Amino acid sequence: MSAVPLEAKTVPAATSSRAVAFRTLLTKEMLRFWKVSFQTIAAPVLTAVLYLLVFGQVLAEHVEAFPGVSYAAFLIPGLVMMSVLQNAFANSSSSLIQSKIMGSLVFILLPPFSHWQLFGAYVLASMVRGLVVGLGVFVVAVWFGPPGFKAPHWILVFVLLGSAMLGSLGVIAGIWADKFDQLAAFQNFVVMPATFLSGVFYSVHGLPPFWQGVSHLNPFFYMIDGFRYGFFAQSDVSPWLSLVIVVVALLLTAAVALRMLARGYKLRN
Amino acid sequence: MTAAIQVNSVSKRYGSVLALDNVDLAIERGEFFGLLGPNGAGKTTLISIIAGLVRANSGRVAIMGHDVVDDFRAARLSVGVVPQELAFDPFFTVRETLTFQSGYFGLQENGAWIDEVLENLGLTAKAATNTRALSGGMKRRLLVAQALVHKPPVIVLDEPTAGVDVELRQTLWAFIRRLNREGHTIVLTTHYLEEAQALCERIAMLKAGRIVALDTTRALLGRIAGLQLTLRPLGSPPASVLAHKIEERDGLLTLRLAQAADVGRVLADCAAAGCGVEDLEVGRADLEDVFLQLVADQPSAAMSAGARA
Repeated sequence: MSAVPLEAKTVPAATSSRAVAFRTLLTKEMLRFWKVSFQTIAAPVLTAVLYLLVFGQVLAEHVEAFPGVSYAAFLIPGLVMMSVLQNAFANSSSSLIQSKIMGSLVFILLPPFSHWQLFGAYVLASMVRGLVVGLGVFVVAVWFGPPGFKAPHWILVFVLLGSAMLGSLGVIAGIWADKFDQLAAFQNFVVMPATFLSGVFYSVHGLPPFWQGVSHLNPFFYMIDGFRYGFFAQSDVSPWLSLVIVVVALLLTAAVALRMLARGYKLRN
Repeated sequence: MTAAIQVNSVSKRYGSVLALDNVDLAIERGEFFGLLGPNGAGKTTLISIIAGLVRANSGRVAIMGHDVVDDFRAARLSVGVVPQELAFDPFFTVRETLTFQSGYFGLQENGAWIDEVLENLGLTAKAATNTRALSGGMKRRLLVAQALVHKPPVIVLDEPTAGVDVELRQTLWAFIRRLNREGHTIVLTTHYLEEAQALCERIAMLKAGRIVALDTTRALLGRIAGLQLTLRPLGSPPASVLAHKIEERDGLLTLRLAQAADVGRVLADCAAAGCGVEDLEVGRADLEDVFLQLVADQPSAAMSAGARA
């Protein structure tokens, strides 16, 4: 046994910066999808454009959602938002489940991250992925019929809140799922139906009253409706109502995700 | 001065299995400490609780005086952990991995130290290689490097040499010994008992979630008295010799003797009884003997150095 312990050559805690730690995790989470951008960005853009080609052509003569708005123009914001939401969800959930299954999550759990830092980095990276994909879909889609920008601040509000909410939901799903197929179930049986049945392809006003009522229980409906209001200054419900519901949904998912992270649910046990 | 690692009454239960049963342990600063025990004894659970990867059901752990739950930030900055599982992030190169890990601990401009760690672990040539392309041994080196990026005063290595070639073991231990000389506290679990015997100043042995032995390596070895003498008798040895018998197999007789002088006495007794002797071998008890004895015995019996079970 060494008689007198020497002073260890260590880094004093004071030089450790919380901001650097947060920035590093955020950068790593963004690089993670950027390094495989063909799969994480190009593929979803292509999917959305295919929807636009098929539905935009087939339904153009049959549907007029809003007076004076062509169907293609109506469809574009819906597809953009659908891509934003699905990819925001995919980013945080797949990052967490992959690192859980690969075992590399340990490298995130060993450093002194608080649950706020973990939540912030995963959700922000999800938002960035959602926005990049959404922008990609928009840039391609504009060729089919440029929608207006009647109230751009609503566009921004809903795209940010919606992607944050799906990023949080992705954190919850990624922590909860133990296997890839559980996550796929969450994606296919919750996220996909909810985004599809939210008025991406149609105005819910054209639905029978019962299905209108069901649509109004779906938070995704308000995200897409509010987002679309930003383009046409027309929507199925008031953007203020949509704002309230989307904020509540975000606060709810964020609270659950933060609680899971703080307690180490399925992560530290 | 507070201990490097202070474990107070820690218990952890997984379903009906009690993985740790009221464990108390203090590891002093600057120690080279070994944590040994059979599979399932609770070594990894204890290390995971120290690292903050698992929460204890009861009890407290502090690293350099910082509670791992209430003051997790200071505690985790003070400890570097090499996990047992070979994990890696397949998206990045070796250097990227280390730069990220360093950033996670809030450190910028850490390139000089990262270079030093790479050099000392023989990873410099692989710095630009994607982690996916590394061999098992290289991945293990990277795990060690990742644990050291923030120069933690306490370094915990969980089976760091499992599946690793001799060369890396030598390189790794040379580097870890240097860090220990510079004042870092080292905690090690290993299945290679000769490694623990050669490196660790003090050892705790865990069995079924309890510490069944905690002493300096020298004292633990001292528990198994004296020497082992193995010989092949060419007749019937006298009763005075058989009194020392531990086992007899394939014509080989193994005796336990208190001291070197007894070897002469045994040979003289055999000669006097007209029993010739071949294949003489004298060995000292090693950690493996202590280990086997402790693992085989009941905890109460294990505490007293007695006969083999």
